[in-house]
Amino acid sequence: MNNEAVAIRTENLLKSFGDYRAIDNLDLDIKRGEIYGLVGPDGSGKTTLMRLLTAIMEPDSGQAWVAGHSVVTESERVKEKIGYMSQRFGLYEDLTVIENIIFYADLYDVPRKERPERIERLLGFSNLTPFKARLAGKLSGGMKQKLGLACALIHTPEILFLDEPTNGVDPVSRRDFWKILYDLLKEGITIFVSTAYLDEAERCTRVGLIHKGKLLAEDDPAAMKKSFGYPMIALWADDPRRAIEVLKMVPGIKNISIYGDRLHIALESPELMETIVFELQAAGIVMKSYRNIIPTLEDIFITKVAGDE
Amino acid sequence: MKFPRIRAIAKKELIQIRRDPLSLAMAFLMPVMLLFIFGYAITLDVNNLKTVVCDLDKSMLSRELAAQFGKSDYFTIIDRVHSYGEIDGYLDRGEALVAISIPRDFSENIKRGRPAELQVIVDGSDSNTATIALGYISAVTGLFSEKIAVRQSPPLIETRVRVWFNEELESRNYIIPGLIAVIMSVIAALLTSLTVAREWERGTMEQLISTPVKTQEFILGKLMPYFLIGFIDMLISVLLAVFLFDVPMKGSLFLLAGLSSLFLFGGLSLGMLISIVAKSQLVASQIAMVATFLPAFLLSGFMYAIPNMPKPLQVITYAIPARYFVSILKDIFLKGNALHMLLFETSLLGLFALVVFAIANKKFKKRIE
Repeated sequence: MNNEAVAIRTENLLKSFGDYRAIDNLDLDIKRGEIYGLVGPDGSGKTTLMRLLTAIMEPDSGQAWVAGHSVVTESERVKEKIGYMSQRFGLYEDLTVIENIIFYADLYDVPRKERPERIERLLGFSNLTPFKARLAGKLSGGMKQKLGLACALIHTPEILFLDEPTNGVDPVSRRDFWKILYDLLKEGITIFVSTAYLDEAERCTRVGLIHKGKLLAEDDPAAMKKSFGYPMIALWADDPRRAIEVLKMVPGIKNISIYGDRLHIALESPELMETIVFELQAAGIVMKSYRNIIPTLEDIFITKVAGDE
Repeated sequence: MKFPRIRAIAKKELIQIRRDPLSLAMAFLMPVMLLFIFGYAITLDVNNLKTVVCDLDKSMLSRELAAQFGKSDYFTIIDRVHSYGEIDGYLDRGEALVAISIPRDFSENIKRGRPAELQVIVDGSDSNTATIALGYISAVTGLFSEKIAVRQSPPLIETRVRVWFNEELESRNYIIPGLIAVIMSVIAALLTSLTVAREWERGTMEQLISTPVKTQEFILGKLMPYFLIGFIDMLISVLLAVFLFDVPMKGSLFLLAGLSSLFLFGGLSLGMLISIVAKSQLVASQIAMVATFLPAFLLSGFMYAIPNMPKPLQVITYAIPARYFVSILKDIFLKGNALHMLLFETSLLGLFALVVFAIANKKFKKRIE
């Protein structure tokens, strides 16, 4: 594997735990310079895939190449070229911010001459400079994530793996965090990020939907919305919860989800709208209005996952 | 292998230890506490055995014999009774451990040159003490009959006993060095038994194994700070032995330091191996405790002499590093032996350390199962 343009590639990657296939013959192809978002429900295999690609877990069969090296036979070469942030905070809470960074600089063998400048930069973009001497355990959730990112970047990796980095982080910190990721992307780092937030997936150059260890869909977010096969409507009714119960029985409705006071409904065909109007009337539910909409990523994923179940 | 990485791991570990004052205090107090508890509890010297005397002869000779017992530090005469039947009560109530009954014809027999009998009853519920008491009793009576014999005729053979290496026959002198070996076995394994398991439990291991750090770098780096602590513990133990328990230190301190380091390397590696395999702090510390304390205490030759053990047990003792360290410490403390006299123990101690270190390296996987 010496294709310079390829960052990550897997072929028939398989990992099972007992009878359960956590990653089921997965093929991936990710180019350098991408920010690839991996989304999927809990237990869909996101973390397992992350661990396989970062060479800290061995696949049962299949292959994966990361930064030009096999994760099976050249795991240590892979580790030199990547940065990884595990889902659970993986740094030492009883070490200070700067002690953690220097520890990882030592492990990655960062040349001493380059350190002061790099550390200053990393602390700068993560706004951690004032907290240099604070114990990592005493940082807020958002700051912990930024520290994790700083440690994962200390050796200027080619590819960055982030496993649900913004999980449990407040919205403002989340936005800051993504701003940093975009800056990194501009510098040419490839980013492979898993997330449970669909609004974050929208910001990726490409999104993959994983479910039961398989990719259900993969495309850039705009194309994915365009190519979604079903018409989507938003519908306002006076009793949305009861409306769901009624419409669930209607054949041809692919998915219904509720967003505040409105329902998003994926239809097999536009003609189905007449049936919906009829069924709601029959149930005594007043439909206030409806209109055609472009589906959100969430609509698409929920529909696809439901179809796969 | 890159030294800066080993140093980084060691430094990180040291910072963590320093920020956990409770564990650090425990690490230094443990040898002191154990040495105090066991050093004072385990003593094979028996003093002031409570003794009751029943003198039915009431002669000058019988009083002289009773006085002989009373004079020695080993026996304390708590009461004198006048009938044989009264003895039972003292032993039953545990007020006396030894009863000496001098029959009516005692002095008469001696005067006529006939063997004189002496009846001795010892409480055997503590067989160890009883055996030692019996030894003392025969020593006292032996001395007494010698004295009488001299009065009657010059002795043919005079025995002069000299004890080597532990002239005062202080059991403490050979117990304390052995005890240090036992205590250090436990401490060494306990010190490192938490260190790898803790990283798995806290979630820091996943991050660590995603870096290019090598297994040997990781394990060596982790060993270093605990080596330092173990060495200080060893120093504390030796100082206590010499200055508190008055154990003579006849050998070379350098040799002691060198061989202790070798022993620590093996013991700490064992704790590390346990931590790597167990992956849980609680399980690891319990395994470390059981795997070191019992063998070191029972099978190292510290409590029971190895040649007296059944053959299969004797074979097992070869795999217990405390066995070698017990004899090394006794030899350096009491005999002042030099290295060339300790080659067997030293090489097996080294072999143990290397094997355990190698297994620990092999068992540690930079992968999540």
